[in-house]
Amino acid sequence: MSVVQAVPETQIPLLEMRGISKSFPGVKALDHVDVTLYPGTVTALIGENGAGKSTLVKILTGIYQPDDGEIVVDGVPRHFANAEAAIRSGITAIHQETVLFDELSVAENIFLGHAPRNRLGLVNWAAMNARAAALLTSIDAPISPYTRLKDLSIAQRHLVAIARALSVEARVVIMDEPTAALSYKEVEDLFRIIERLKNQGKAILFISHKFEEVYEIAERFVVFRDGRSIGSGLLSRTGQDEIVRMMVGRSVEHVFPKVDVMIGETVLKVSGYSHPTEFDDISFDLRRGEILGLYGLVGAGRSEFCQALFGITRPSAGAIELEGRRITIRSPADAIAAGIVYVPEERGRHGAVLQMPIFQNISMATLGRTTRAGFLRQAEEFALARRYAERLDLRAAALSVPVGTLSGGNQQKVVIGKWLAAKPKVIILDEPTKGIDIGSKAAVHAFMSELAGEGLSVIMVSSELPEILGMSDRVLVMREGRMAGLWERGALDAETLVRAATGNI
Amino acid sequence: MSRILKYRELLLVAIIVVLIAVFSYRAPSFASPESLANVFNDTSILMILALGQMAVILTKSIDLSVAANLSFTGMAIAMMNAAYPQIPLPLLVGMAMGIGAFLGAINGFMVWKIGIPSIVATLGTLTIYRGMAFVLSGGAWVNQTQMTPAFLNTPRVVALGLPLLGWTAILAIAIISLVFTRTVFGRSLYAAGGNPTAALYAGIDVGRTRFFAFVLSGGLAGLCGYLWVSRYAVAYVDIAAGFELDTVAACVIGGISTLGGIGSVAGAILGALFLGVIKNALPVINVSPFWQMAISGFVIIVAVLFNARQEKRKGRLILRDAVKHRPALAGAPVEGAAA
Amino acid sequence: MSTLTLEKQPIRHIPDKLSTPAGRIFGSWEALLAAVAIAIFIANSLASPHFLDPWNLSDATYNFTEKAMIAFAMTLLIISGEIDLSVAAIIALASTAMGAAAQAGFQTPALVGVGLGVGLLCGAFNGVLVARIGLPSIVVTIGTMSLFRGIAQIVLGDQAYGGYPASFAWFGQGYMSDFSWWPTLPGFEVVTFEMVAFVVIALAFGILLHWTVFGRWIYAIGNNAFAAQFSGIPVQRTKFALFLMTGLMSGFAAVCLTSRLSSTRHTIAAGWELEVVTMAVLGGVSILGGSGTIPGVVLAAIVMGLVTFGLGLLNVPGIVMSIFIGLLLILVIALPIVFRRIRSRTAA
Repeated sequence: MSVVQAVPETQIPLLEMRGISKSFPGVKALDHVDVTLYPGTVTALIGENGAGKSTLVKILTGIYQPDDGEIVVDGVPRHFANAEAAIRSGITAIHQETVLFDELSVAENIFLGHAPRNRLGLVNWAAMNARAAALLTSIDAPISPYTRLKDLSIAQRHLVAIARALSVEARVVIMDEPTAALSYKEVEDLFRIIERLKNQGKAILFISHKFEEVYEIAERFVVFRDGRSIGSGLLSRTGQDEIVRMMVGRSVEHVFPKVDVMIGETVLKVSGYSHPTEFDDISFDLRRGEILGLYGLVGAGRSEFCQALFGITRPSAGAIELEGRRITIRSPADAIAAGIVYVPEERGRHGAVLQMPIFQNISMATLGRTTRAGFLRQAEEFALARRYAERLDLRAAALSVPVGTLSGGNQQKVVIGKWLAAKPKVIILDEPTKGIDIGSKAAVHAFMSELAGEGLSVIMVSSELPEILGMSDRVLVMREGRMAGLWERGALDAETLVRAATGNI
Repeated sequence: MSRILKYRELLLVAIIVVLIAVFSYRAPSFASPESLANVFNDTSILMILALGQMAVILTKSIDLSVAANLSFTGMAIAMMNAAYPQIPLPLLVGMAMGIGAFLGAINGFMVWKIGIPSIVATLGTLTIYRGMAFVLSGGAWVNQTQMTPAFLNTPRVVALGLPLLGWTAILAIAIISLVFTRTVFGRSLYAAGGNPTAALYAGIDVGRTRFFAFVLSGGLAGLCGYLWVSRYAVAYVDIAAGFELDTVAACVIGGISTLGGIGSVAGAILGALFLGVIKNALPVINVSPFWQMAISGFVIIVAVLFNARQEKRKGRLILRDAVKHRPALAGAPVEGAAA
Repeated sequence: MSTLTLEKQPIRHIPDKLSTPAGRIFGSWEALLAAVAIAIFIANSLASPHFLDPWNLSDATYNFTEKAMIAFAMTLLIISGEIDLSVAAIIALASTAMGAAAQAGFQTPALVGVGLGVGLLCGAFNGVLVARIGLPSIVVTIGTMSLFRGIAQIVLGDQAYGGYPASFAWFGQGYMSDFSWWPTLPGFEVVTFEMVAFVVIALAFGILLHWTVFGRWIYAIGNNAFAAQFSGIPVQRTKFALFLMTGLMSGFAAVCLTSRLSSTRHTIAAGWELEVVTMAVLGGVSILGGSGTIPGVVLAAIVMGLVTFGLGLLNVPGIVMSIFIGLLLILVIALPIVFRRIRSRTAA
């Protein structure tokens, strides 16, 4: 069904990014990347998490300024000092999390920053609502422009974000993982809209790591790896294998060094765990030495379930048995005492206290063991921190430097170290390798295997199929807050999991 | 457009009506048109200041220096009037607004360009501005006899049953409503406080918007400096001491969220009127005016509690979506459950 | 393109600390404050011949000891990411309650109990609203600031309470040399009860903040309350305890102040919340939470005391002094930010 036209290489580019570089303290996010977009063409930007895709989007939309390189629109070099400048050059983006305004109406969300005005320069609400209604109709979105955004579902918000992108005279539309939270039907709708945009001659940068979608909707591709552009060209002339090779630079086996370990008796038994709004009726057993993968789309309720298991939120029904004993978890302190620990997805927000030194982060959850009568004993704290820092091969100048000065991978090691110090029985890792460099990623995977080998039980939440397939002994798939299936390692294949996760069976 | 009259505003109107009914039961004259006009007139300054405070709070900031700004500007204008009686009133009022806006701009600059938290910046300027009023006047008062008749009496001229002071408030409300709902700046206030990250992506300069909110708040405080001095016919260092808290109270009662981005002009005005009704009713029903401070403190706490209930974040509605989408996905059995 | 090796690396040794202790101490905010204190001390002694008189200096400590007691508790509260603007109003209410109790014939121990008790209750009230219900502390304590002082105003009107028992006066006016066990060394005769209370409270809060698990929790919560919660730290209970402490210290300051003034009006301690917050911030406590030290606040209290005393010797009126306090507050927050920005610009 996809229209793969051979776009002649001689076609005039609408937008070119040449030699763009961008560094952050400790990370080179982009290293001389080149991206070219053509009118009426969808270009897929492909790369693993942390490959630099989001940074590129932020540069293109004027949020970040590149350290080096140039952006050329219609042959004219441009500099985007801020978001407004990018919008004025006809570049608009629909973001990963639809960043819009909950308290404002749909119409205003669409036109904020460029609302229609009357002769006196005042906002013309009537015209704004009418134009918003027209835009929404044009993308078949049955949403009233008067509705407040907070009353819409995720998919509806997405449509509003698309309408917003179309409301400016955009020539370049960036779609950053637009399908991540959409159902199959909603993805179809989205693709119809994209076809229409293409026919209007707009250049589209489509970011996704779902190959099926990429091949369906895009003509061209650019692959990023570790902040560099590895390859680009026509999808019609490039096979999926070739793109995977460009993405990872090696075959999948090397990335996921899962070692088979002896799986023992049941450690954790969860039955009928439910929450009023977030998840319903989750049941499974977790055995000693086992890695249970928890797969699903973003927003499927996986993290919410894990946080309930860790005592952040309270379940409304259900029971937990740990090593045969029924336990109740009311707070993280209860969970830690029972031997269940949680490495959260958002490292900087929930995991580490970035401003505090490494040794204080590692000892944070187990201060009772480095104190006497409530008084801290620094030497023991350092000893504890050193034990886990060295075991995890942490790269740091000293144990007293703030965690925020470390790279993402090393920050993750600090968080994991904190939990190993608590001597857990069950460790929940929520997107453990999200946004960390490839080397640290492999180290985290190797370490997970090692932990399982030592008899620890692991629950690993991940949205990356290769990671799930490579690391899990069993996989539990969640969709919209409910269990969509549980598979043994032998019975796993990518297609089954994706279908279960999207409800497209 | 039924959303304009939200639950909060209707509730406040109802409470104010009930209050007036209760008070007039004790003192029947309280509900007379003249008396109510007087209450409105008496609350004018608070209403105008609350509008400025609202602009600042919408952007997730707070301006604790408004009363000190009022005091300094009032003193400056009164001294100017006493020293140069020939300066025409409109020019004086313009100067008052200019001085006030300048003091507001100092706050805004510190918040925008230096990045000082607004509460600290304005706590600091609160003492500085009032101290400057002392330095300016040397602690002396400017009395009624030193002011020109035009300066003193213009806000008292009654038109259509309401003094010009009250009409000034109505004019301010009208202009500010227009600014908040119909101008780019007004809508930016909501966006900058509601979701600063998204505002950045929408090309709105959050810091600049915040700066102009402080300028607006300062300008209105300057205007109120003149109104206050002419209304009470005296200027001294301690005028309107603690009044900044009343402006915050009016906003909080009116449902302006201190987390930014939520609130309406009607809410802020009703919040101010609520406090005004209580203040004016206490002497009428023979309750000591010393009760007023405790009552407004109590009401602030109740209002914050009430606001928090409305703002309370529910859990993510993952399951509701599941219910909604289920019909479209009907016939999709969950298969492969191995355990 | 194979950077990926999974063989075990030899264990890499990571040192505990980088810089030498001497370097850290001299580069610190506390060192700067100490230098400022010494400079002001010298300037004051040059400016006025009366400054160096021991009895004058002893008297001068009263202009910071009571505020500092609250500032220590406030320091912990601000580090945890909250603030209490109602402290001065708590003093007013506690003082009013003590006045009423004195009128009713209660004796000194009961009065102290009433003062501390009212402080604790007020702190608990703030604590419930902020830590338990989860309201923003700035707005809540602006409300309780009106409420607490408002209640004092209802009780007192424009009247004043006086007639405290004679023995009650000791807290705010007494010298330690009243005790027989107090050493009779030269200089020790000018030491007041409040000075000793200041030192003891500073030590207690210093130990609590810097050497205990509870102190570590405060820093963790102030820097990242989510991560603290995710590490099993009882965030809400810790914050509640901090509001209690701030209330208790306000109650204790009320005992000292009421004893010193031997009367209570509803305007007692007006504006102190600002000075207490200024003291903490001047002491290097980040108003955004997460950092600050008790030694810094001790030094800040002394600096503010010296400035006030010096300006007083020069006959500068109180309201003009408050301009200096306001400027000081803004400058100590603005200067580090501005310097940091200049440094990062020159580094880039």
